[in-house]
Amino acid sequence: MNKTILIIQREYLTRVKNKRFVLTTILMPLLIVALIAGSTYLSIKGKDEHKIAVIDSNGFFKGNIKNSKEILFEFPESVDTSNYLNKGFTDIIVIPKFDGTEKTSYILRSKKRISIMTEEAIAERINTAIEDNMLQNAGIDKMQLDSIHSQSRFAELKAVEESESGGNAKESNAALSYGIGFGSGMLIYITMFIYGAMVMRGVMEEKTNRIAEVMVSSVKPFQLMSGKIIGIGAVGLTQFLMWIVLIIGLFTAAQAFIPHDVMEQVKNLQQANSQMPGGSMSVVKAGDAAQQIYKVQHTFSTANWPVIIGLFVFYFLGGYLFYAALFAAVGSVVNEDPQDAQSLMLPITMPIIFSFIIMTNAVQDPSTPIAVWASIIPFSSPMVMMARIAYGIPGTVPYWQLAASMLSLVGGFIFTTWLSGKIYRTGILMYGKKVSWKEMGKWAFRRN
Amino acid sequence: MNPILELHNLKKYYATQKAVDNISFSINKGSIFGLLGPNGAGKTTLLRMITGIFYPDSGSIRFDGKTFDPLNDIIKIGYMPEERGLYKKMKIGEQALYLAQLKGLSKSDAMEKIRYWFKRLEMESWWNKKVEDLSKGMSQKLQFVTTVLHEPKLIILDEPFSGLDPLNANLIKDEIYGLSQRGSTIIFSTHRMEQVEEICDHIVLMNLGQKILDGTVSEIKQQFKENKFGIKLNEVPGNINSPAFDIADQKANALTVKIKDGFRSNDVLQYFLQQNLTIESFNEILPSLNEIFINLVEGTNATTRAFQPVNAQ
Repeated sequence: MNKTILIIQREYLTRVKNKRFVLTTILMPLLIVALIAGSTYLSIKGKDEHKIAVIDSNGFFKGNIKNSKEILFEFPESVDTSNYLNKGFTDIIVIPKFDGTEKTSYILRSKKRISIMTEEAIAERINTAIEDNMLQNAGIDKMQLDSIHSQSRFAELKAVEESESGGNAKESNAALSYGIGFGSGMLIYITMFIYGAMVMRGVMEEKTNRIAEVMVSSVKPFQLMSGKIIGIGAVGLTQFLMWIVLIIGLFTAAQAFIPHDVMEQVKNLQQANSQMPGGSMSVVKAGDAAQQIYKVQHTFSTANWPVIIGLFVFYFLGGYLFYAALFAAVGSVVNEDPQDAQSLMLPITMPIIFSFIIMTNAVQDPSTPIAVWASIIPFSSPMVMMARIAYGIPGTVPYWQLAASMLSLVGGFIFTTWLSGKIYRTGILMYGKKVSWKEMGKWAFRRN
Repeated sequence: MNPILELHNLKKYYATQKAVDNISFSINKGSIFGLLGPNGAGKTTLLRMITGIFYPDSGSIRFDGKTFDPLNDIIKIGYMPEERGLYKKMKIGEQALYLAQLKGLSKSDAMEKIRYWFKRLEMESWWNKKVEDLSKGMSQKLQFVTTVLHEPKLIILDEPFSGLDPLNANLIKDEIYGLSQRGSTIIFSTHRMEQVEEICDHIVLMNLGQKILDGTVSEIKQQFKENKFGIKLNEVPGNINSPAFDIADQKANALTVKIKDGFRSNDVLQYFLQQNLTIESFNEILPSLNEIFINLVEGTNATTRAFQPVNAQ
């Protein structure tokens, strides 16, 4: 059997069989789902309930201010700032007399600090009440006002992307693009570090265990290095695949908990919308829950998943191969001292971190010159290109940019692998000597 | 006898030193060859060229009658380097199998040979242990097995007995003899002279990257003999005065004599016979390899060479 395949096999199997691998692979998606579910739950349930006593000198708030479950306004008699806590209120607002022509401030006293969100909500309610009062004074009666309120919330922004070929315009969603771009860029960033460091540690292990010389008397150093890089890359892909399967499985399982009639309504919404693209949702009768589920599903369906996933795999592998080779070279020149590794890693980690920063900007504004160039240069392209791709091909990322980026990444990892192979070959058999950058350069560019 | 390995004018220069400087010798098939030299003499560099890890700067290597082709000939060589090790987290059986497959054995062949060797060296119960659980001596045994498992034509052992207790050292020594008898050639690199004297047929001594001695152990001893003889008498006369020899050393009734040029050992015997003394034993004293080694290497800057500053040249 081919020796490189044997090495790949060993590198892959020893890691995949490891208990830690199984644990992280299973726990990671559970952790992510738990994190999302937990934070959603907290944001819904975690709100403080406020029962606010209003001391209203003007007298027009009663009946005009909107109450909700979390914020309840009451207009009690004989309550003042000294006794509102005893009377069962959590906060008290004192509104001074004013005629509505100048800015006034009202004072909110509370038992405990209130959150910014609550503060904003209270201010908005009060201002709405004042606005309503002014409108009524201007001659609009209460009925008219209520019907305006209920109808004016119907506008819904639907961004549509012009397609260049003149075909059907495609619905786009900036929030989703942002999420996908940031998510995939982040994922590549994290995995580059995780798997790159794994390669480096593997090489260091071989060197410090003194097995390197035994190995290179059977295989070429380049086979040893590339076998390790490919083996660990396969571990990474396996992990991704298992995560995708697990996440899909979890969501399918979650759907089973949605009541049957809600799902029926979601289906109706889907059908209605496919007959009438861009049509209003209110045509079909559906409950709130069904509308929400349909919205999420519909938003997700606007992304071009096969292209995004395909390119993600490409950029993950390309970026991994590009940096893993460099990490292997560093691992091969490090001696027993882990401090050496720290300082030698710096020139590799710096561009990764720098790319991450560019990525966070590119995901907000995918067409700036720096984002375009960073998505073509192989040092940063895996992260930055993923951030841009989510905004659409060829709308945001023209085909020529994508092609240039992919080609330069392939060329880039071939170059780093060649370069690292030369450093690795000498470094792996050097003991007890601190290697300088100059020497590494010499090894890399000398002949044979 | 055909040589298995011929080296012609091998050179490997590093930036700061001539690690291997114009070395030529050949090794006969089936022999046990000793490559000797102080630390930093260039032995490891030379062995790395023979195992295809390094390319020589110039010179040529012939292996088994043909120009050495590292890619294909490497499976006919088993190399146990001085800097050796194993994957600590791997099970012993898997490790042996992996290394054997890398040497080109099929899985079933490899399993068969591993079983044979594990049984032979009483390692059968180790199969599922991890390397990190082994003692130094045990892992040394495993290392030896993985080196010879694929029945290489040429076995290169760099300090094979370091870390072994006398019992295990003997066990390995017997295996080395056995392998040699079955046709393998063994290169044995060490600076432990007593082992070399005991085991090796043929030696080469290196110092400062150059070959300074080449020959069989007895040839070399003859070459460096100082015409010393040991003689044991029933009593030692008070005054010994002979034109044929000087007394080099005396311990009780045992004398060490050095024969002067132009005389023979018979002249010594004749002298004592004439004195009517009883000769209990008489034998030639050959220098040990250790003495020859020290004599040749001392005085050169061999021991300091390893610590030379980098900017020496």
